[in-house]
Amino acid sequence: MSAAPQPKARPKYYDLNLAHLPPPGIVSILHRISGLALFFPILPLLLLALHQSLRSEVEFEQWRELLSRGPVKLVLLGMFWFYAHHFWAGIRYLLLDVHVGIQKEPARTSAIVVLVLGAVTALIAAWRFW
Amino acid sequence: MSAAARKPPRYRKHPVGAHYGLGDWLLQRLTAIVMAVYTVGFVTCILVSKPATFPQWKAIFSGTFAKLATMLFLASLLYHAWVGMRDIVMDYVKPAGLRLVLELSIGLTLLTYLIWSASILWGR
Repeated sequence: MSAAPQPKARPKYYDLNLAHLPPPGIVSILHRISGLALFFPILPLLLLALHQSLRSEVEFEQWRELLSRGPVKLVLLGMFWFYAHHFWAGIRYLLLDVHVGIQKEPARTSAIVVLVLGAVTALIAAWRFW
Repeated sequence: MSAAARKPPRYRKHPVGAHYGLGDWLLQRLTAIVMAVYTVGFVTCILVSKPATFPQWKAIFSGTFAKLATMLFLASLLYHAWVGMRDIVMDYVKPAGLRLVLELSIGLTLLTYLIWSASILWGR
């Protein structure tokens, strides 16, 4: 076999900066990252909390004490945000599946709405929780 | 050789694997709806009852309906997570061996979560 002439290696310019993504792209990658984090470690942590807090009054009070600490509250806020973002982004995808807001402009607007709703819901949840 | 023997073989294309894609896609959405409904219900329940003590907290998960709804939510979550995690593995992990190991670990982890969930709700 005669070797075909090798094409010259062309430079690749990947823009890997997630902040340069358009809003729907940001919603998408956050949906994926939050989904991964919810699978691990958030879900096992929630199951552990549910398990122990339902088992005895002593452990219930221990969890209550733990959740009142400053750094833990911050982690909790992050978890709320992941859940809220995954929730709203998921609703958006369900609507897109049935072709609601499928055009470029409405899809862009709904992506921004999802980003705002996720953050707002997380803040309200955190505020109500404490 | 007869003419019949030289007939081209019947040929069917199988461009993709086990054809579970569409079913998974649909179930991922159905489980999402189940979880969304449960989430709204759970948040409403917490906002209305405002559990502050251990007996109040325990009471929320004591009814059969609450247990079944929570179990349905967790089971949906696990199936949903299986589809989502497998999508992530398929996107980023190319070597077949590593992919298999990861998918197995994810599956076993999810099964563990499922059994754990049932024991939390109905155990003791």
